Amino acid sequence: MTQLGFDTEGFQSFLSTRQEPEWVTAQRNDAWSQFNDQPWPTRRDEEWMRTDIRLFKLDKFSMPSSDQVDGLDQISPLLSAGVDLGGSVHSHNGVCVAESFVDDLKQQGVVFGSLDSLVTEHSDLLDSTLLQAAFDREDRFAALHASCWTGGQFLFVPRGVHVEQPFHVLSSLSDGGVDLGHTIVVLEDGASATLLAETASSTEEAEGLHCGAIELIVGDRANLRYVNLQNWGQRVWHFARQKAVVGRDAHLQWTSAAMGSRLSKVNQHVVLNGEGAQSQMNGVLFTENKQHLSYHTQQYHKKANCYSDFLYKAALQDKSHTVWRGMIKVDEEAQQTDGYQRNDNLLLSNSSRADSIPGLEIEADDVRCTHGSTTGKVDEEMIYYAQCRGFTRKEAMRLIVTGFFQQIFDRITIDSVRDALGLAIARRVRDYE
Amino acid sequence: MTHVLKIENLQVAVEGKPILRGVDLEIKHGETHALMGPNGSGKSTLGQAIMGHPKYEVTGGTITLDGEDLLEMEPDERARAGMFMAFQRPVAIPGVKMADFLRHSTTNVRNPERKEGEDLIPMKDFRRELKDKMQQLQMDMEFARRYVNDGFSGGEMKRAEILQLAMLQPKFAILDETDSGLDADAVRLASESIADIGREKMGLLIITHHDKLLVHNPPEFTHVMLGGRLVETGGSELAEELHANGYERIRAAYPEAEAENLAMAGE
Repeated sequence: MTQLGFDTEGFQSFLSTRQEPEWVTAQRNDAWSQFNDQPWPTRRDEEWMRTDIRLFKLDKFSMPSSDQVDGLDQISPLLSAGVDLGGSVHSHNGVCVAESFVDDLKQQGVVFGSLDSLVTEHSDLLDSTLLQAAFDREDRFAALHASCWTGGQFLFVPRGVHVEQPFHVLSSLSDGGVDLGHTIVVLEDGASATLLAETASSTEEAEGLHCGAIELIVGDRANLRYVNLQNWGQRVWHFARQKAVVGRDAHLQWTSAAMGSRLSKVNQHVVLNGEGAQSQMNGVLFTENKQHLSYHTQQYHKKANCYSDFLYKAALQDKSHTVWRGMIKVDEEAQQTDGYQRNDNLLLSNSSRADSIPGLEIEADDVRCTHGSTTGKVDEEMIYYAQCRGFTRKEAMRLIVTGFFQQIFDRITIDSVRDALGLAIARRVRDYE
Repeated sequence: MTHVLKIENLQVAVEGKPILRGVDLEIKHGETHALMGPNGSGKSTLGQAIMGHPKYEVTGGTITLDGEDLLEMEPDERARAGMFMAFQRPVAIPGVKMADFLRHSTTNVRNPERKEGEDLIPMKDFRRELKDKMQQLQMDMEFARRYVNDGFSGGEMKRAEILQLAMLQPKFAILDETDSGLDADAVRLASESIADIGREKMGLLIITHHDKLLVHNPPEFTHVMLGGRLVETGGSELAEELHANGYERIRAAYPEAEAENLAMAGE
């Protein structure tokens, strides 16, 4: 199979390989023309002023194809260990390579699997949701994703169905691989589910591109726990649009951990779209070398009596750089809003840098919104104290960094996730002078 | 063999400023020494220098434990060699549970050769021992689940330090103002705890400018520090005298040290 480029010829050939409903093809064509009409963002764009993508060249990559299965044996998931799963999907270089789904759940009307095949099979469930309310086609990366997505996953839980067993999604890349995966979760009213998603690279040196999106549609009174571990190798470009729309009296717990990638630019939005909706966003970032991770988050209160909580913590090593720009937005009718936003950064080296920019945009008059951010180094007195109790300097560091993240671990109710993150963090802490 | 902590002609500077100007002190296992003196005389500096605080620069002299040079060791190596200090103001380590901290710490101190990543002492044994010690100290077990010194009251911090002393069973312990900030009952409890741990099982250096702790733990030796020197040494009667009359006699008797003390305190 020849490699298709991201040009008109490549796109047309790509379309001809897809047997998809017409509305999907129309969506792709529409997005493709938008992709062509737009330039790449530059540092003159406000969202990108701290994020330099001049070294990113799309033409170094090509469209995902099903014959890129190298490196598959080097991939091992972290989040699913010891978990009784309701189903799992593994995509490699943007193509589904393995999937499973518990029969019993299928009987109850739950749908789960690779979006590639389900978009045709369940066109009726997707034609009014896919790439709509929970997706903003704002920039060229979003347009690229919307026109060329492949692989992906779809989870649908019908009204009132509670799924106890978590679902697991693994997306992996090998050298030169491209992942344009799209994850869409739809919980109907009163449904509940847990999804554990993670990414991995075959080797730390493998170059790759992820330009993806997550859509979470949480119906009235529904309850979704979503865990997202971004663990790409450090030569992967990561561009992602992630958005949740949360219904009346519904609850979303969204935990993100980001350890990987060369450069990340993530837009993570939660829209509280019905009265009494609640969201909790937790984030753990741990960066090293020259990694650059940029998060633009929004808690958007559209209706009254909603609650949103946001806590992101980052530890930075070496010359790494994180950007967090957060916004609590409250519409005029969203009275009795309770919004909370906090970002703490721990600088483990002199050359690391954390930009932390909280923001509020409030149009209602009866609200309670608080925000805060801290950025600091590890307190030498803490290290000394632990050393006086027999900890080596490195053990003390690991202890302090783990403690720094503990507040988030305390919020994670899934053992396998807590264990995997704890281990990944402890492994990463190095010797510091 | 009787363990000996030996300090000879110790000189210590902080940010280039001399604080200790030649301290000699020898503590044998089983002995209790009181270190008294007015504020700013250098008492806590001695404690920090013995433990190896990076900001306290030793500019001369030696500290040895059973002939081993402590000054060559990192603070954690000193702890593993059997040194302990109960901090006057211990720092909080948010997110780290007291029990986890102590289990790791106890493991390292009891197995000085332990390599990073090797097993910790078994959870069951550790829990049992911790529970015993906490009961002795009349501490609620809930305490073990709290984060190290995080949000502790002054009294809780001091008790947590004594709990660590009880668990780590060092050869030598420095108690830096362990009685300050405690009410009379808490001091009595702390003193009894130290007595329970067994004064005879370690060498104690009690840094204080009151004598509350000393009433329950009468020292065999009392040293008075002024201007970064030990200007007088006596028995427990010296501690009583200083408690009753203050430092006026000392200040008058050692004008040179007093002048240095004033200069240090003035900075």
